[in-house]
Amino acid sequence: MTKPLLEIKNLHVWFKVFGGILRVLDGVNFTVMSEEKVGLVGETGCGKTTTMKAIMRLLSMPPAIIPKGEILFKGKDILRMNRAELQQIRKEKISMIFQDPTAALNPVFTIGTQIQDAVRFSGKSGRKMKKDEIKARAMQVLKEVSLPDQERVLHNYPIQLSGGMRQRVCISMALVSASELIIGDEPETSLDVTIKDQILRLLKELVEKHNTSIILISHALGTVKNMTDKVYVMYAGTMVELAKTKDLFAHPLHPYSKGLLAAIPRLTGGGIGEGIDGHIPEYINPPKGCRFHPRCKQVMPMCKDKKPPLFKVSEKHEVACFLFQNFGGDCIDK
Amino acid sequence: MGRTIKFIAKRLAFSVFVLVGLSILIFVIARVMPGNPARMALGARAPEWVVERLREEMHLNEPLYVQYYYWAKGALHGNFGISLVTRRSVANDIKAFFPASLELALYAGIFMGIIGIVLGTISGWYANTWVDNLVRIISYMGIVTPSFVFAIFFVLIFSYVLEILPTIGRLTPGVVPPPSVTGVITFDALITGRFDVFFDALKHLLLPAISLAMGPLSQEARITRASLVDNVQKDYIASERSCGIPERTIMFKYLLKPSLIPTITIYGLDFASILGNAFLVELIFNWPGLSRYGMNAMLQKDLNAITAVVLVLGLVFIIANIVVDLTVGYLDPRIGLGTERSSE
Repeated sequence: MTKPLLEIKNLHVWFKVFGGILRVLDGVNFTVMSEEKVGLVGETGCGKTTTMKAIMRLLSMPPAIIPKGEILFKGKDILRMNRAELQQIRKEKISMIFQDPTAALNPVFTIGTQIQDAVRFSGKSGRKMKKDEIKARAMQVLKEVSLPDQERVLHNYPIQLSGGMRQRVCISMALVSASELIIGDEPETSLDVTIKDQILRLLKELVEKHNTSIILISHALGTVKNMTDKVYVMYAGTMVELAKTKDLFAHPLHPYSKGLLAAIPRLTGGGIGEGIDGHIPEYINPPKGCRFHPRCKQVMPMCKDKKPPLFKVSEKHEVACFLFQNFGGDCIDK
Repeated sequence: MGRTIKFIAKRLAFSVFVLVGLSILIFVIARVMPGNPARMALGARAPEWVVERLREEMHLNEPLYVQYYYWAKGALHGNFGISLVTRRSVANDIKAFFPASLELALYAGIFMGIIGIVLGTISGWYANTWVDNLVRIISYMGIVTPSFVFAIFFVLIFSYVLEILPTIGRLTPGVVPPPSVTGVITFDALITGRFDVFFDALKHLLLPAISLAMGPLSQEARITRASLVDNVQKDYIASERSCGIPERTIMFKYLLKPSLIPTITIYGLDFASILGNAFLVELIFNWPGLSRYGMNAMLQKDLNAITAVVLVLGLVFIIANIVVDLTVGYLDPRIGLGTERSSE
């Protein structure tokens, strides 16, 4: 079996706040193979962004603390890297695209300044790039994200661009410094409906062209279905299910995944699905046992005090729910 | 460039209206206050007919709008009348006192800007550490303590105990002041190449300027800290970090520039108010400044002097605001003089 590109093992992230400790991530396991497109879905506040920020060590600590867990990038733990090693990862290997491109671009510097700095520091360490070399590279990545008139864009401030153009700029900056893995944190959320699809398609094209892996967080489940190879479903700081994308959409197993998928409105009749009652639990006193049990319709007594591990129901389909503890390898997906 | 000049011209034209409004306001307020300015100028023993004649001369018996007409006619010709206290033309008085105040404010402004921003930046970078707490406590004390308290304190320490800095006036008695070019002694000394005078003047400036700067610099430090702490949480900083831009570049370039915008806005107003509010500090250091002159004018009901001083201070505020707006517009393209900036 090939080695995974990124492997998160039993990651715990807590936040120390005034009222106590928010135990947000509670043992997250997550794997990305090289050139794999991975989707991550789950409702707002379930810890998706926190997980991604932990990968890039972008969480401000304090208030965040990581009491347990490892984030292995090609076998090396990012959490234990020194400054220089971390910078190397950020410069060349992994980069992140944020939800809101307006907030993710510095408002008081031109696009050119920002991209060119990203380019300048993306080079192999020790090798200084020449000015026109940097500019040429910046123009090239802008062209790759299909921005017209790159020369002018370089001189523009973020406010002079439209939302879609801004997100393209952010993608181009990520391209510069992510040769192995791009993390897209709901890159389409703040965009116009008409632009959303374009941006996601562009992203897919680019990762396929550059043989990069991508983690795509999105609420647009339809897009996740079309774009990814594998999907993780996250609930309240834990991974509740992972499967090949088509398996997950065809046969969701975890009661939460079922509810989540049922909430997608369909054009082909049936109206709007039921959804799931209630909301994400508080993280100061999260429910004991399975964190989903207070909202689960199929709750069993054991769910209330034991945390379900991931049960393998088939080669590539795992689910953290006691309903499936006796499936022991039986293939139900085919 | 052309747009900048247009902006300045527009603002200056608009400020004429502000100054006219201000002059009417202060003209009326000065005259409706109780007390007879002619009597106060001439003293209690002057005979009634002399007082009456002075009132006639000053048009004080006419209706207010006629008085304003006479005043405005003079003002347009640069004649702001005669001061009842110094018996000299008010315009000459201001020429004599304003440079002293301006010099004081300039040096206070330098301390204010440099120390305030440096303290605030250190505090913001090391937020919630002991350094930050120390700076916050000191700056809190700086804000709540009036400048004259600092002045007295500094005089005690540096002049009486340590005896290293002078306390009174702009130059040591016996030192011949340089020929007046700008009226600002340190500039004149540099222009005429009198370096000994420059350093002597600088020594005299140090204590009053720092006393005046203490409050505003504390304010600037706090504002800088607050916006740094706020901005460091922004997505653009995370995004720049995720691109591998080194921390030092992020701190000095990408974080500092947006964070200084609120500081500079406050800085301009603080600078202008130093000129007007330096009264007690000027008194303690026997500084022949405009603030003191203005305060005396008010106590003596010296009508022409009051109006002129207020107008000069108003003008300083207007100019400070224009400079602030230009600087902020330069730093922040979102403001950018209210119009979309074309590529440079």
